[in-house]
Order: sequence, then C-alpha cells, then structure tokens
Amino acid sequence: MELLRFATAGSVDDGKSTLIGRLLYDSKSIFEDQMQAVELSSQKMGTEYTNLALLTDGLRAEREQGITIDVAYRYFATPKRKFIIADTPGHVQYTRNMVTGASTANLAIILLDARNGIVEQSRRHAFLSSLLRIPHIVVAINKMDLVDYSEERFEEIKAEFRDFAMKLDVTDLTFIPVSALHGDNVVDRSENMPWYAGSPLLHHLEEVHIASDRNLRDPRFPVQYVLRPQTDEFHDYRGYAGQVAGGVFRTGDNVVLLPSGFETKIAAIETADGPIDEAFPPMSCTIRLEDNLDLSRGDMIARPNNQPEVSQDIDAMICWMSDGAKLVSRMKLGIKHMSRTARAMVTDVDYRLDVNSLSRDADVHELGLNEIGRVQLRTTQPLFFDRYRRNRTTGSFILIDEATNATVGAGMILGEAD
Amino acid sequence: MNVKSVTGFELSHLGALEAESVHIMREVAAEFENPVLLFSGGKDSLVMLHLAKKAFWPCKLPFPVMHVDTGQNFPEVIEFRDRVVAEAGARLVVASVQESIDKGRVAEETGPRATRNRLQTTTLLDAIEEHAFDAAFGGGRRDEEKARAKERVYSFRDDFGQWDPKNQRPELWSLYNGRVRKGENIRVFPISNWTELDIWQYILQEDIEMPAIYFAHEREVFERDGMLLAVSEFITVMDGEEPFRSLVRYRTLGDANCTGAVESGADTVQKIIDELAGTRITERGAGRADDLVSEAAMEDRKKEGYF
Repeated sequence: MELLRFATAGSVDDGKSTLIGRLLYDSKSIFEDQMQAVELSSQKMGTEYTNLALLTDGLRAEREQGITIDVAYRYFATPKRKFIIADTPGHVQYTRNMVTGASTANLAIILLDARNGIVEQSRRHAFLSSLLRIPHIVVAINKMDLVDYSEERFEEIKAEFRDFAMKLDVTDLTFIPVSALHGDNVVDRSENMPWYAGSPLLHHLEEVHIASDRNLRDPRFPVQYVLRPQTDEFHDYRGYAGQVAGGVFRTGDNVVLLPSGFETKIAAIETADGPIDEAFPPMSCTIRLEDNLDLSRGDMIARPNNQPEVSQDIDAMICWMSDGAKLVSRMKLGIKHMSRTARAMVTDVDYRLDVNSLSRDADVHELGLNEIGRVQLRTTQPLFFDRYRRNRTTGSFILIDEATNATVGAGMILGEAD
Repeated sequence: MNVKSVTGFELSHLGALEAESVHIMREVAAEFENPVLLFSGGKDSLVMLHLAKKAFWPCKLPFPVMHVDTGQNFPEVIEFRDRVVAEAGARLVVASVQESIDKGRVAEETGPRATRNRLQTTTLLDAIEEHAFDAAFGGGRRDEEKARAKERVYSFRDDFGQWDPKNQRPELWSLYNGRVRKGENIRVFPISNWTELDIWQYILQEDIEMPAIYFAHEREVFERDGMLLAVSEFITVMDGEEPFRSLVRYRTLGDANCTGAVESGADTVQKIIDELAGTRITERGAGRADDLVSEAAMEDRKKEGYF
C-alpha cells in the first residue's frame, strides 16, 4: 500500500473543512467518540447540522473563531492507500503555512465555490501549487447543490481555470464537481450529476499515479550521518547513512564524492535488516564504499556521469516567512540545504512576484512576510544542487535567522546565479 | 528496511514512514549534543526504540533512553522495560516522580480520582535540566488527539517546557531547523505521521515484542466515567462501583489508575489489527481519563510542558 500526501487549500467559506471531514467520515476513519465530541460542540455553537469542520479545527482559538490558523495534519487510509492531508488556511496572510504544507505534497486539492467560480484566492493557490511543483492538482468545484448541479456552470469554471493555468507549470490537472455537505462525488458517485463521467474524489486520490513523481534518474545521496562502530565485530566499518534524494544506487556502482571529486565504487548498501541491491527515494540506508576516503555529513555521493550543479552563487525563488525584518539585499542568514548548513548573504532581490496576477514587481527589492520573489544569494560553502523543477529535495533550502534561530525563508533553486 | 518492491522502486507506506522516522532520528543525533529517547514501555516508544536501533545499526544508540516513572505503572510494563532496553544495549535513565514528591517538587493528588499523571511534567522537566538534554524523542503521533494535529516534528519549548501553538517553526520538505540557544531543548516526534493502525502493522511486520497487557487477558475491572479501570493498589474503588472479571486488553498505556481497558478477545497482533480496522473509538477516547477533563485538555497540558 502506498503513501500519498496531499494539500488542501480553500477559504473558510468554500467548505474545505467540510470536505475533509466528509473524506474522513465517509472513509470510516472518524471514530465514534470524535463524532460525539463534535456533535456536542455543534450543539453548543448552535449550528443546525453536525459541523464536520469542527472535527478538523483543533485548537481553542480556532474553535472560537471558526477558522483554521495553522497547518494541520490529518490521516486516513483505504485498503488501497494511506493518506496524509496537510490542511492549510486559505487567507493570503497564511501563505507561509500553505507553502509549508505544500512542500511535501504529491497532490493539491484546490477548492472553489461553484457560485463564485475562480477568485483571487484560487489563483493564488494554483500558483503556489505550481511554484512548489506539486505534480498533481485537483480542482474540486464545491457547492454544486447551490447551482442546481449545473453542468454548464461546471464547464464554465473549468474553461476559465484551464485558461489561467496555461501560464503555470501544471502537468496534471483534474476537475471534479462535488458537494461536500451532501457528499456528492466525494466518496460516492453523485446521483445528482449523471453528466459527470469522471471519478469521485476519493477514487481519484486512490488511483492517481504517484510512483513516477520522484526523480529516479539523477542519483543523489547526501551524507547525513557517518556510522563508525569501532567495535571488535565492526572494527573498520565505515558507513555513510542518509536518505536517497534522487535516482537509483546499486551495489558495485561507480560513484563520485563531492566536494573532493574522488571516484570509487559502492561496496555495499546496507540496512539493519541486511544488505540490499538497490536504493531509491525516499529510502533511508547506509552506503559503504570500496575505498577509505574522506567523506562527512553535508557531502554528497553521485555518479561520475551525472553530477549535481556546484556553486556558491544561487538564484532562487524565496517565500519569506518572517514577521520581523524583511528580506533585503546584504542581509546575512543561515542556510540549510539537505544536510549542509552554511551562511548566506543576499546579493540581490530581483523582483517580488504578485501572487495574484503573477506579474513581477521589478521595482520592489525586498520581501515582507508571505511574499515571494526572486533572490540571488552567495553562500559560504558550495551547495550541491539540482534545479527545483528537476528535484524537489536537492533543489530546496531553508533560511534561518541567526539571531532568533527561526526559520524565515523557504527557497527553491532556479540555478546558478550569474 | 523491508522494501516491498513489486514492479520496482515501490515502497510500501510502512517503508516510507520508516525511512522518514530513521531520517529524523539521524538528523537529531547529528545536530544535537545530548539527545534522549523518552520511553514508557508502551507500543509507541517500543516502535521508536526499534526505529532507533535501525537508524544507527551497527552502532549502539548514540543517546540514552529515559523513563519518567510515576511509580504507578503496571508492574509488567516495568519488567518489560528493563529487559527490552538492556537487550538494545542502551543506557536507561529513570526519572522518578516519587523522588520529586519526596523532594517537595510536586504534591501528590488526593481522593479516589488521584493520579500522578500531571506530576510527570515536573519530573520530566527537572530530569531534562539535570542531564542537560537538548532534544527528547517522544512517541507522540498527530492522529492521537486534536491538539497534536498541529504539532511539528520538532517541537520548541521555552525555559518552562511550555509549548506555544502560535510559535512553531515551519517544517518544509524534509529540512528540520533544530537550532537552539544554550539551555533550550526541544521535543522531537519521529513517528508524527504514523497512525495507530500503522504502528500495529509495523509491529506485526517487524515482529516487535509487546508487553502482554496489550493482548487480551483476564482482569478484575470496574466501570468509572465510561471507562473500564483495573482494580490495583493504586486506585480506590468507590461505593457503587462493582468490580467484575472480564477479558480485556489495553490500547494505550498510561498509569494503572487512569488507563481504561477495552473488552476484547484479541490475543495476537493480527487480531488487534483486525479489531482496529473495524473499531470506531479512538485510542485515547477508549483509554485516557486524563483527556476527558476538558475539551482542550491536551492543549492545556502541552502548554504546561507535558510531552
């Protein structure tokens, strides 16, 4: 059974929490006592029907305000797949939360209200999904019951969205007409929309092909931890432990070590359960090399004929997450890229991106909270990277405020800076 | 690593979860000076210990294992703890709530509903300070309870061990920012994305030994507040509460005086899994009186510095 992570985005009134509640409820994952607690709460809050949204709004403040503030992770499974939902808020002031939840997602569900169609928020969510390179996008057109389950309306919205999405890098786009409140096309096929020939949402989530979303072409193994037992039994054992970030590694492969450039062969790929012949993402394993060479945390193992880019000058799209200082030129920050930690200086802020119109504000050379822009950085150590569009693991990094230790930025590498 | 490769390069959900947890534990070991694994002998900490062994094989665990002992555990669980930690070749540190009481750091609750559950927080915080641990692995999962759904893998606490839901660091991709100032410490939850069912499926797959009380056995129990509590030296049976013998098992392991049993005939891991797949009450709903106190109970306790 595979694992699928998906992000849900939508505004308070679009019924996102109701949709999630419906998925959990109808797939029988919501346990009786949680339902009891929600029914009690619903009664207290004076709502007429059991507010499925209350199932997902955990924290006190949220229960009182009725909106979701943070990223919340929900879990359910069907016999076909296990699902992790990164439930994120829709408001623009929580863009950083959506970016966070979307970073590991295989799929994004963008929720629209059929009455309103595409609004600024939908455009923003679509853009963020594209920026974060989420491979699969599902546009769930909700509240179909309030537009009389109209096929015409569905097609109208679909056409408008497709038009907008042409400007984005979206390869897999699916549209599903639903009513989260009444359950149409969420788990069960809707009897009210016989004109819809596609899958209900859950079926789509179960069947969408995600195995090829990983980069299986470019072998990348960032060394995370060096294992040297130095016991009698494992006296000379030196294992390089880490999580495969790309491609496939096999015993006997010729490899190159970075930054040294030395070449050697893989002597063994090991796990606590014994050696294995091949390792691929997202497996964690331990690599032993034929030669005794100098390799430590932060270094990288790749193939001689397929190496990452190496540079201290990075060109990246950054989402700024600090509610303190803005990102400006000459700012110094900590940077973490895979297992490598270094310092970085902002050499230039090229432009801020208007996430609603997708236009570039070339006159703006700073980024405030929740803003996204193109930035040039110079790092104190070379990074071994791939462009984010090629590999989400080797192409991403975070920025750290050295005074507060907070994570203040999320970066997606475009390439080497000029 | 159990790679269930069918057509090639496929990883089961358990394989993916295991890989993620191992990655997290290695990251903490690499970036923190003095981590510790919080261990209760319960199923989540047993899985965590198993994952830790996998993460660092063929080395020994590069950190000790700590148990905050209320002194009111099921005795079977203590014996099990000692044996399992010794077998793992790990160093066991026991932080005693009794000692905290004796030192006057906390006061014992009184009355028939008294437990030492809330006292654990002080003992835990004192032990962390005493040993200067800067990262503590906990077996918390996000599916367990509403307040945990928002918890990060790396959970930052202030000097008082308090958790501020408004002040967590974003966790993107698999990049964890564990930078702390001297004296600060964090909790790390490597099995955050595991559900109760995942845990049992993994226990079955890996053949991990479990304390017997997780499996159906006969015990003298009585009903209180909608739960089945065991008759033991740590609890006072009140008037109107009638103990009876029943075939029960425990879904969760808190203290003997506040953990509820469920009536069940599941005496093997497979049977437990079958029962879980059909069950409708969450693990904590079935078992933990400490959660019933108020709707936002866990959130309140986390703010106080509980796990």
